[in-house]
Amino acid sequence: MFLAQVVGTVVSPVQIPILERQTLLLLRPVGPDGKASGKTRIGIDRAQAGVGDRVLVIDEGNSGRQILGDPKGAVKTIVVGIVDYVEAHGKLAYDAQRRE
Amino acid sequence: MYLARVIGRLVATRRYAGLEGVPLQILQPLDEYGADMGDTLVATAVVSTGPGDLVHFVDGREGALACPVTFVPVDAAIIGYVEQCYANGKFIGRELEAKR
Repeated sequence: MFLAQVVGTVVSPVQIPILERQTLLLLRPVGPDGKASGKTRIGIDRAQAGVGDRVLVIDEGNSGRQILGDPKGAVKTIVVGIVDYVEAHGKLAYDAQRRE
Repeated sequence: MYLARVIGRLVATRRYAGLEGVPLQILQPLDEYGADMGDTLVATAVVSTGPGDLVHFVDGREGALACPVTFVPVDAAIIGYVEQCYANGKFIGRELEAKR
């Protein structure tokens, strides 16, 4: 699991059946301090997240299949939570209430 | 799952049993600004796409799960055609249309 910033939305009219009626979000993985880390991904939104939210993301197939309830689904990246705050090295690194 | 642009097609007549009839295409992954992100790769096209199209693909074991025969040696599959991708206040992948 990792933290990510939701940076955009993706509209896909033609896709594999398991992805139908799922919301796709463009995610930029970040460290606890908000610095970008790793490659930009597309994730399935299962937490009612939106652009600007800091989210918790799973990038593992079996967890994804369990969440969508299909043992043969070709899914991997799923948004599973919206982050309220992050504490790192004894300091508050991110607070959803105080973000700009 | 990542955002990518189809930049070419690939023909391989002799291939592993189970992969017959599955098109292979060359992808360039893109970041949230629409810029190239990392190296190009070859993916099976599970949905109909062609060079120039914006797509999203899944990598790892899930690439094979998206194929018609699921126990095949595949590590990336195009699972959706992206019509629109909006991030950082602009649409990604509309550079060609803007030039027209």
